[in-house]
Amino acid sequence: MLSSGISIVFLARWQFAMTTIFHFFFVPFSIGLGFIVAIMETLYVIKKDAVYKQMTIFWGKIFLLSFAVGVVTGLIQEFQFGMNWSVYSRFMGDIFGAPLAIEALAAFFMESTFIGLWIFTWDRFPAWLHCVMIWLVSFGTMLSALWILAANSFMQNPVGYMIDPKTGRANMVSFFDVINNYQLKMEFPHVIFGAWATAAIVIAGMSAWALLRNKTKFTDFWRKSIKVSLIVGLIASIGVIAAGDLQTRYVANEQPMKFAAMEGVYKTTGKSAPWAAIASLDTQNKETKWSLDVPYALSMLTYHKTTGAVKGMNEVNADLHAKYDKQFGKSINYYVPTKTLFWSFRVMALSGGWFALVSIVGLWLNRKSSESILRQRWFLYVLGITMWLPFAANTAGWMITEFGRYPWVVYGLLTIADAVSPNVSVASLLTSNILYFGVFCCLGIVMIWLAHRELRKGPDDLASLDQAVIDPYAREAFSK
Amino acid sequence: MSMTQNFWFLVIGLLFSIFFFLEGFDFGVGMSVKGLAKDEEERDMLISSIGPHWDGNEVWLITAGGALFASFPMWYASLFSGFYLILLFVLIALIFRGVSFEFRSRMHTARGRNIWEWASTIGSFCAPFLLGMLFTAMVKGMPIDKAGDISASFTDYVNWFSIVGGVAVALLCLLHGLNFIRLKTTGELRKRALAYAKPLYWVLYAGEVVFAVLVYVYTDFFEDKPLSTLLILVAIVALSVIAHVGTLLDHEKLSFFSTGLTLVGIVVLLFNGLYPRVMIANNPKFSILAADASSSPYTLHIMTIVTVSILPIVLVYFIWSYWVFRKRIQTKGVTHAE
Repeated sequence: MLSSGISIVFLARWQFAMTTIFHFFFVPFSIGLGFIVAIMETLYVIKKDAVYKQMTIFWGKIFLLSFAVGVVTGLIQEFQFGMNWSVYSRFMGDIFGAPLAIEALAAFFMESTFIGLWIFTWDRFPAWLHCVMIWLVSFGTMLSALWILAANSFMQNPVGYMIDPKTGRANMVSFFDVINNYQLKMEFPHVIFGAWATAAIVIAGMSAWALLRNKTKFTDFWRKSIKVSLIVGLIASIGVIAAGDLQTRYVANEQPMKFAAMEGVYKTTGKSAPWAAIASLDTQNKETKWSLDVPYALSMLTYHKTTGAVKGMNEVNADLHAKYDKQFGKSINYYVPTKTLFWSFRVMALSGGWFALVSIVGLWLNRKSSESILRQRWFLYVLGITMWLPFAANTAGWMITEFGRYPWVVYGLLTIADAVSPNVSVASLLTSNILYFGVFCCLGIVMIWLAHRELRKGPDDLASLDQAVIDPYAREAFSK
Repeated sequence: MSMTQNFWFLVIGLLFSIFFFLEGFDFGVGMSVKGLAKDEEERDMLISSIGPHWDGNEVWLITAGGALFASFPMWYASLFSGFYLILLFVLIALIFRGVSFEFRSRMHTARGRNIWEWASTIGSFCAPFLLGMLFTAMVKGMPIDKAGDISASFTDYVNWFSIVGGVAVALLCLLHGLNFIRLKTTGELRKRALAYAKPLYWVLYAGEVVFAVLVYVYTDFFEDKPLSTLLILVAIVALSVIAHVGTLLDHEKLSFFSTGLTLVGIVVLLFNGLYPRVMIANNPKFSILAADASSSPYTLHIMTIVTVSILPIVLVYFIWSYWVFRKRIQTKGVTHAE
């Protein structure tokens, strides 16, 4: 399969990683922003305080930018299954296509239609109805996450299928089982809380930079933004940790190789397993050179008690060979990219805890009766720098999920090497990789530049708010 | 071929028809951003006219792709891997066009806006042109092997037939867009759209005649289904004539719906010719049949239930959003960052 030089499998994997990671910068950000903007508009409808309208419009602009980039990069995602992974598409289409089609039908139409209505109907709809529009958009984005994760969950943990003896392809036998996948129940809340936390931390971070730059202007606006976002941030980061804890325990059961790699465990542990906070892993000789251990912690993490052994990668490897060699051959390598998983897990887990801490401190300093958040400039710097961390945490999370699936594209059923389109040339794949890379750089730079400029400009003045949202279809606009 | 397989072949055709009808006009409007509009305000009007709609229109393509994957995975796999480079450029065009509207409205300078106006114009032209090429090349027949994989060379994608097909689709989208502009704007812009459209119909007729001849030369449509192919071709030309008459009578709705239906006519022509195949191979032995390309009866059944229960709801709010924005664009609605 591997020819000399670059293989199509390598290029197709690289492309999948690149497009997924780039796409997933914007997806959780948009899901979270849609949700928080909807909360802001709801506050405006209830409290009738214009500052909440100001917030809705300002953060809505950032949301629209992120949404646009998310939509167009999502196109690549849908097309690349067929383009780069045709064998996979034939093998899995019977099951995998359904959630993708339902995602488009149930969620994408909802998002795109109501976002169009939301942008252009500020003047036309009563405030409450306009607010309903953004809630429908937000609901649509989360529904979309549900369906795409249903598809991903099948790849992690195939259920509700059987292999057709005639064609050798996977056929769906129970749609209910596919969407009732336990993996999905673990993944979905973790991703949604992660998305809320992402947007919350970014809003708070951007507001912190704005407060640092300009001490007097719009102070109330930025402080209220911090308040709303960090309340969401606190709830979401606690949620993400709790959901992550459940998911980790589930992974330990279902995908022991992924779990052992996350924790850097080569040799099966003793009765009470210590947790390696940091470790030097020797992936050549499959051993841990040294590690900084916290006693009992791994057993606590896995079983919620002080005892309980954790299987090491070497033992899992032997198990997998015993189980699959007949079908897939002896030469297959079951060790996942261990260092990537080990460090990704630490980045992700630390980030979650850090977000909760920052949210608590931020909410305390930002309390109504005190000006202390304006004086504690160090904290504003911390908050400002922290805003980049959710993107790293989200990426780390998906690296664990997807690299941890190695060598499978569908766990236990189809290997990555067998799934790639056989008829696509190295030249085609190289072209698409280079073009996508260029496009992503371009979109990323423009996006950051535009968001940065919106931030420098600050929100629209209360007086010009109505100007900012002219309805192009209204007669009044014409007579102006 | 079972009834559900036939039903899903129809659904895929329907989804592509709706896609070309709807996205067709916003492609056309996108193409007109440079060229038709004379100043900043007119460009704002053009973009506002499709502002609330283009994203929803594009979802019909995504849905068609998803539905193709779910109902005919073998078709999806062969088509998408086989037309790799064409689809790659379709995606790039859709990406730049997709962000262009949002990015343009955030630009402070005329030069900045200019970049995204060109992105809209070029992207809006390239996407339908390439899709037209793809579908034309697809019905001409491709080198497909036993496994269903296409290993084609440059001339399989790019030849006189596919180029004419691409130009015809892009031109129709442009006309459809101009008709939409006539319907949604007032004043100078509306008049200019009408003036630009009129002579283009003669180009369209020429294109349609050449296309019909090439269908005869390159495809087996006339051998296979002479009557229906001929009837659909006549209908396509007749609809173009009606659209043309609509420009002469200054009847905008007539023109708009006729160009839309002309696009639908092309989809119908291709799907009619394809049936019961989904991919046509140079070697007829390897053509892929819908009956072999489909998902299991169970999956098709589930997808039928899901579609029949969700699609009507979607249609209700989709049509409602068009109703909300039924009036003409009165003035600029895009706010510029100052």
